[in-house]
Amino acid sequence: MNLVQILFYVMAFITLASAIFVAVSKTLVRSIFMFFITLFALAGLYVLALADFVAITQIVIYVGGILVLILFAFMLSGRETLDALQKQKNQFISANKVAALFLAAIFFIVLLNMVLKVDADHLPWITNAIRTNNVITPTSITTDNIGINLMTRYLLPFEAISILLMMALIGAAHLSRKEQTL
Amino acid sequence: MMSLTDFLVVSAALFCIGLFMVVSKSNAIQILIGIELMLNAAILNLVAFGKYDRLNNGGQLFALFAIVLAAATTAVALAIILNVYRRYKTIDPNKVDKLRDE
Repeated sequence: MNLVQILFYVMAFITLASAIFVAVSKTLVRSIFMFFITLFALAGLYVLALADFVAITQIVIYVGGILVLILFAFMLSGRETLDALQKQKNQFISANKVAALFLAAIFFIVLLNMVLKVDADHLPWITNAIRTNNVITPTSITTDNIGINLMTRYLLPFEAISILLMMALIGAAHLSRKEQTL
Repeated sequence: MMSLTDFLVVSAALFCIGLFMVVSKSNAIQILIGIELMLNAAILNLVAFGKYDRLNNGGQLFALFAIVLAAATTAVALAIILNVYRRYKTIDPNKVDKLRDE
């Protein structure tokens, strides 16, 4: 077991533990701040999967953008949300939660079964990629290749997603305006 | 090196935690966090498989597209949450059950 593998297991443990804490925490603020840690550990996992550009993008967009947005929504929606959580605290384990836990466990068993059955390391296209040396190695530089591919091979999805992002942001700004009397 | 199966197991567990949050929570913001967890599980799968595509970078580029989609989703969802709070004074999705105007 080398250092990379140990690092992978540490990152996976941090990710899953903090995600479980996010799921079971009674305090909304605490679960939001634990979500920070989940996202950082996920960025570490992306680095271990040799996708450093995606890891940086994850930190910049998720931690810098989405989480700050969620914090703003929490602060703007006031004390009522906290009251709802207080009420939740009284009933320690509700039928709703048991059902959700059951559903998640069943789904996890199905997914795990599928993952172990499919044997992803010996899929035909992956063995083909290994044979033709089409694998990212820790020393290969991927960022400039990503830039070239973004502007040539994936130009259409890039433009489509930029228009979609603009539409979504204009729509969000329109939705969150104060309502005017018509 | 780690095998692909390790990544797939981690992302399956992450997806199920997100599913649990979406089903069990009674707070729109926590449900949104659950959806983000599920999206991150999908992105982890894309990135793990993207290691075997050095020339075209398919997995990594679609992971980037998925991150941008998540950002767009969150912006719209938070605008909707703020509007719901302004109108109903609660963000519990179980209590938002009126289709007509007040």
